[in-house]
Amino acid sequence: MMMITPRWLGAALLPLLAAQALAAEPARNPRLDDQTQLPKAPTRALGQTYFQPPAEADMPSNAYGDLVRRGQDLFMNTKALAPEYVGNEMNCVNCHIDRGRKANSAPLWAAYTMYPAYRKKNNKVNTFVERMQGCFQFSMNGKAPAPDSEVLTALTAYAYWMSSGVPIAKAMPGRGFDEPPLPRGGYDIARGRVVYDKQCAICHGADGEGRKVGATSVFPPLWGKDSYNWGAGMHRINTAAGFIQHNMPLGRGKTLSDQEAWDVAAYINSHERPQDPRLVNGDIDETRKRYHAEDGVNLYGVVVDGRKLGQGVR
Amino acid sequence: MTPTVLRPLAFGLASSLLMLAQAAAGADGEAIIQKGGANPAAMPCMSCHGADGKGMAAGGFPRLAGLPEAYLAKQLADFRAGRRESPLMQPIAQALTEAETAAVAGSYAALPKVNVKASALERPREGTGAWLALRGAWDRNIPECTLCHGPSGVGVGDAFPPLAGQSAEYIEAQLRAWRGTPAQPGNRKTKPVAAVPPTRRNDPNGLMQHIAADLTEAEIKAVAAYFAGMGETTESFDASQHRLR
Repeated sequence: MMMITPRWLGAALLPLLAAQALAAEPARNPRLDDQTQLPKAPTRALGQTYFQPPAEADMPSNAYGDLVRRGQDLFMNTKALAPEYVGNEMNCVNCHIDRGRKANSAPLWAAYTMYPAYRKKNNKVNTFVERMQGCFQFSMNGKAPAPDSEVLTALTAYAYWMSSGVPIAKAMPGRGFDEPPLPRGGYDIARGRVVYDKQCAICHGADGEGRKVGATSVFPPLWGKDSYNWGAGMHRINTAAGFIQHNMPLGRGKTLSDQEAWDVAAYINSHERPQDPRLVNGDIDETRKRYHAEDGVNLYGVVVDGRKLGQGVR
Repeated sequence: MTPTVLRPLAFGLASSLLMLAQAAAGADGEAIIQKGGANPAAMPCMSCHGADGKGMAAGGFPRLAGLPEAYLAKQLADFRAGRRESPLMQPIAQALTEAETAAVAGSYAALPKVNVKASALERPREGTGAWLALRGAWDRNIPECTLCHGPSGVGVGDAFPPLAGQSAEYIEAQLRAWRGTPAQPGNRKTKPVAAVPPTRRNDPNGLMQHIAADLTEAEIKAVAAYFAGMGETTESFDASQHRLR
C-alpha cells in the first residue's frame, strides 16, 4: 500500500492549488516563485571583525556631504521630518540601531550593496530604493515616497556613504539580524509574556504602547495601531527573535537565550497591529496563503487563544 | 449662581478635599520638605535639596523638583533597603514613615519639571560628552543617553529620570556609584587595593550598571558636564512639538 506522506499529498494537490492561484490573479508570474531571495548572510569567522563604516566626521563638507547628513537626520527623525510618509510612531533607527551602523541590526552597509535583488515579498526584483519604499509601507505603516523624492534620495546617499569600501554584491557578515535557530521544543507565547513583563515592559509599556516625549516617540510601540503592520518583516517571529537577541534590552544585547528571544518575539507578534496593506480581497486566509504561509514563522491568519490574528487595527 | 461665584466655592471644596486626603495619609509633603518628618532623624529635605527643590551642585545634592513620583518613591525605598547606598540619605529614608515617603515624593513630583529649550539638530564631535549623549559608544554596547532619558535628557516615564537639570557633580557621582572601582593588584611598592563594589544597585534590569562600568573616567566627566550645561528654560514644555535627535 502506498503511504500518503504530507509531501506526496502536497505534490498531488499542487497543480490544483496552482490552478486556483492562477485563476485568482492571472497577472502573476509563477516562474518568479522559483527564484531565491538574498542568500543568508555568512556568519562571522572566529576573530573576524565586522565591517566598520566610515566615521561621521568623515562626511565630506560639500553638497554630497550635506545630502548624506540630511539622510542621517531623516533616518533618526523619520516621523518628525517626513510625517507625510510615516503612518505610525516608528523611525528607521528603531530597527537599525546606532543610525544603521550596528552589525546584526540590519546595518545599511550590508544591505546597500546587495541590491537589486529578487524579493518574494512583492515577487519581483527590487532596487535598493524599492526596498526602502517597503520600509515606509510596512514597518512605518505609511506611504512610500516616490523613487526620485528628496527623502529617498537623501536616505540612499546616506546608505551609499556608509557602504564606502564594501564590495558590491558581497554578502557581509552582520547583515540582517542573524536569527537564532528555532529551539527544538518550538516557542511558547505564555513564556514570552513573562520575559516581556520582566525585561521589555519598562520601556515599551505593559501593553506594548511605547513611550513618547512630547510628540516624539522615544520607545517605539511594539503592537497596536502605532506599530509596524502585518506586512513588515518584523512581524515574523524568527526575524524579531534575531533583532531582539542581538539588540535588546538596549545596550544589553546577547543576554537572552535563543529560547527567550523566540518566546518573547512570539508574544510580541501575537498581538494585533495594522493590517497588511497587501490584503487580498479583504480576506485574511487568502492573504495568508499568498504572502504569509511561506514567509518565515509568523502568526498572521493563525488562531491564537480562539481569535484569528490579522484583523488589523487602525 | 454665576460661574464666577462657583469658582471659589469649587476651589474651597477641592482644597478641603486635599487637606482631608493629607490627613488620611497622615503626612504633609510640603511640611516634611521644609521642617522634616515626625522622627527628627528625617531632616528637612530643603536643607540639602534647596528651597526650590533644584538641588545644590556643590554638595552633589540632586534636583528633586518635577521628578516622577514613582521614581522618587522608589529611590527612597531603595535607600531604605540598601539597594542605593548613601551615608546621608539612608538614615533619612529609614526615618521617614511610608506615608511620609509617599507624601514627599508626591510634593516634589508636583513641582515644575525641568525643561530645556528645543534646539535645532545638534552635530556632536566624536570624543565629546555630547557625542556620548547623542550617539553613544555602540562598539562597547553603550547606547546614547538620550535614547532612554529622552531628547535633551528631559526624562522618560517613571523609570528614566531627567538628566537635564542635574549638576555634573551628581551625575558623575551616580555613574561612579553604579561602576564601583575594580581591584588594584599590588606590587613591591604598593599594597593591593580591594575592589569597591557598586554602591548603587537599583537600576531596573541592570541597564545602567554595565554602561557605567564601560565608561572611562574622562567620559564620565564629559557626559556629566554636557547634561549639566544644558541649562533650563522657564518656557513650558510644548507637548505638540517634536524633539529632534
